[in-house]
Amino acid sequence: MTTERTAGGTGRAVAEATTGPEPGRLSPEQQVLLRIERARQRAPRIRESRITLAHGAGGKATHSLIEGLFVEAFRNPTLEALDDAAVLSVGGGRLAFTTDSYVVSPLFFPGGDIGDLAVNGTVNDLAVSGARPLYLSAGFILEEGFPVADLRRITASMAAAAERAGVQVVTGDTKVVQRGKADGCYINTAGVGLLERPVALGTGQVRPGDAVVVSGPIGDHGVTIMLARGELDIAADLASDTAPLSGLVADLLDAAPGVRLLRDATRGGVATILNEVAQAAGVAVVVDEAAVPVRPAVTGACELLGIDPLYVACEGRLVAVVDGAQAEAAVAALRGHPFGDGAAVIGRVTADPPGMVLLHTAFGGTRVVDMLVGDPLPRIC
Amino acid sequence: MRFVDEYRDADKAQALATQIAALCEPGRQYKFMEVCGGHTHTIYKHGIEDYLPESVALVHGPGCPVCVIPMGRVDDAIAIAHEPGVIMTAFGDMMRVPGGNGSFLDAKAAGADIRMVYSPLDALKIARTNPDRRVVFMAIGFETTSPSTAMTVLRAAAEGIDNFSVFCNHVTILPAIKAILDSPDLRLDGFLGPGHVSTVIGCRPYEFIARDYGKPLVCAGFEPLDLLQSVHLLLRQLAEGRCEVENQYTRVVPWDGNLRALEAIGRVMQLRPYFEWRGLGFISHSALRMRDEYAAYDAERVFSVPGVRVADPKACQCGEVLKGVLKPWECKVFGTACTPETPIGTCMVSSEGACAAYYNFGRFTRQRLTEASSV
Repeated sequence: MTTERTAGGTGRAVAEATTGPEPGRLSPEQQVLLRIERARQRAPRIRESRITLAHGAGGKATHSLIEGLFVEAFRNPTLEALDDAAVLSVGGGRLAFTTDSYVVSPLFFPGGDIGDLAVNGTVNDLAVSGARPLYLSAGFILEEGFPVADLRRITASMAAAAERAGVQVVTGDTKVVQRGKADGCYINTAGVGLLERPVALGTGQVRPGDAVVVSGPIGDHGVTIMLARGELDIAADLASDTAPLSGLVADLLDAAPGVRLLRDATRGGVATILNEVAQAAGVAVVVDEAAVPVRPAVTGACELLGIDPLYVACEGRLVAVVDGAQAEAAVAALRGHPFGDGAAVIGRVTADPPGMVLLHTAFGGTRVVDMLVGDPLPRIC
Repeated sequence: MRFVDEYRDADKAQALATQIAALCEPGRQYKFMEVCGGHTHTIYKHGIEDYLPESVALVHGPGCPVCVIPMGRVDDAIAIAHEPGVIMTAFGDMMRVPGGNGSFLDAKAAGADIRMVYSPLDALKIARTNPDRRVVFMAIGFETTSPSTAMTVLRAAAEGIDNFSVFCNHVTILPAIKAILDSPDLRLDGFLGPGHVSTVIGCRPYEFIARDYGKPLVCAGFEPLDLLQSVHLLLRQLAEGRCEVENQYTRVVPWDGNLRALEAIGRVMQLRPYFEWRGLGFISHSALRMRDEYAAYDAERVFSVPGVRVADPKACQCGEVLKGVLKPWECKVFGTACTPETPIGTCMVSSEGACAAYYNFGRFTRQRLTEASSV
């Protein structure tokens, strides 16, 4: 009641906007909300004169940078899909191709290091496009003075991660910059995989009635990194969830052919992914807060810091949109895999209000979940 | 999670909602102001309005620390941050607050060394480990945060750390409440008192509100059930014809406040004759500055601060929103030109700002909510 809301609802307002609105019938608040929805749907533009950390946070600013600058420059149909990996038709087969850079700080943290992350992150981008990951490249940007022992440790965990994911690092590059011009070690990996299944995954497949599934407790990676920096005097028994998801995806696709879309919930967290889905597919996603799996240590740290776990990065969790009738089969398949044993249905896709993510709070209220603004935590991966 | 879940119990909320509805006189409209931005955040984040009848309206108050910072003070801080050797430190909330010439985030991208801290003690730690740099803490907030700033200055003095100073923007809540009570624009039936501030100042200072202005006040906690119970207490006072200061947040708030914290503030800081509040203008005796004894830790005296007053953008109606006269969506630029990523006004920046809370969590109406839940 804070805003003395009027009955009527923007749901109707938005519906009318698409079917032929009668602005005279809308209350002043509804008209404002309608105007905001139109503003939200405008093509993103980059207004800032300099890059700020917000441009790397995976939220709204990142989107305006990608869509307002990179897509503008490189425009082509494959890129415009803006999926985790590009799907290319090559010689009769379908290839998935992706790249990602890793600048996490600290380099070593409970549950993994930048090496695991650099392999798993790229493997996962391929896996969620439905592909079997095959080959990776690895590019290293090293700071003068970086300990070789640390580099040895990082490459050892990359090799172990690659073996676990069934991929090979087949090409690479090394650059060294002067002391102070980089922070120890940055890694870029690119990967290719083969789409062997006849699956078509993407926001275009999502429709009302679908279920939204996560493969396990969310926010572990982000909170682990935050605590590993030692800037907060909080201790918790937590480890990063970094893991290769290709096996998990294969099990899921075998059990539930009605999978519409897969995403790995990295920067921006589950909330950002669901917003991307809602906006791209023109549907609403309604999440049940009580059903979202979050470890108590993550909930505790987030409460203390005023962060919402829905925005915290994961590195080994996927979000799946599945045909509602196959939701149980999907969860059962995920739970049968060691990386998916905490899987749960967290919400549903509905037709209205289009483009929005709503959360039924555990307290019994309802609110909007928007995309992330600002950066709770730079250099998370 | 213990100590959290029990304050978010949906069944208890339903029971309270029934009692609240029963207390409302038919045909009467109630308007209560939640003074504190933390309350605004809780109200939207948990969807508390869904439990209130149509006749009970909650109006947002001025108690959002970031929202009341005038643009000129942001510019002053940025000027200090650009001085040679300076490391400016600030709470995360401050980073995106627009000044007349960009925010901390923009200044940082332009080369200033501005770092986010979670506590003034973190800023002091940075000063300790960077003896060749001058570390400034951008201090903001009401009585909730001024004790920790004061304690940090006392610690710096005790340790003899001389490369640390505070850019003091601490404000006090009572003059702001009084300004709202004196404003002719708003008819209120009562207040949800700011729980966190009250942990420091206690409940006694609010007594003038009931005595002189005839408005009841219930000092409220920050969990959703705290707020529902506080609304219930306010309605019960009105139904029974009482007008008092009551304390709902007894598990944290002592009636007389925290004397040690007050003493620390008193030792280090003193009232300013006046201070500018964003959107509200100059309010007498409404803010704190460093005492002369601690001039060496006062960034306003250590550095030459431009001290230019910057007028708020014409389109921005933060003042009206902070006074509760306008609802966030009634502002001309709300949600279109002014959004959380491109804020024009401060109310759109902080998670405690009324506009940001409404934009992020409440941007749909009840009808819409029912439709969504029925699918």
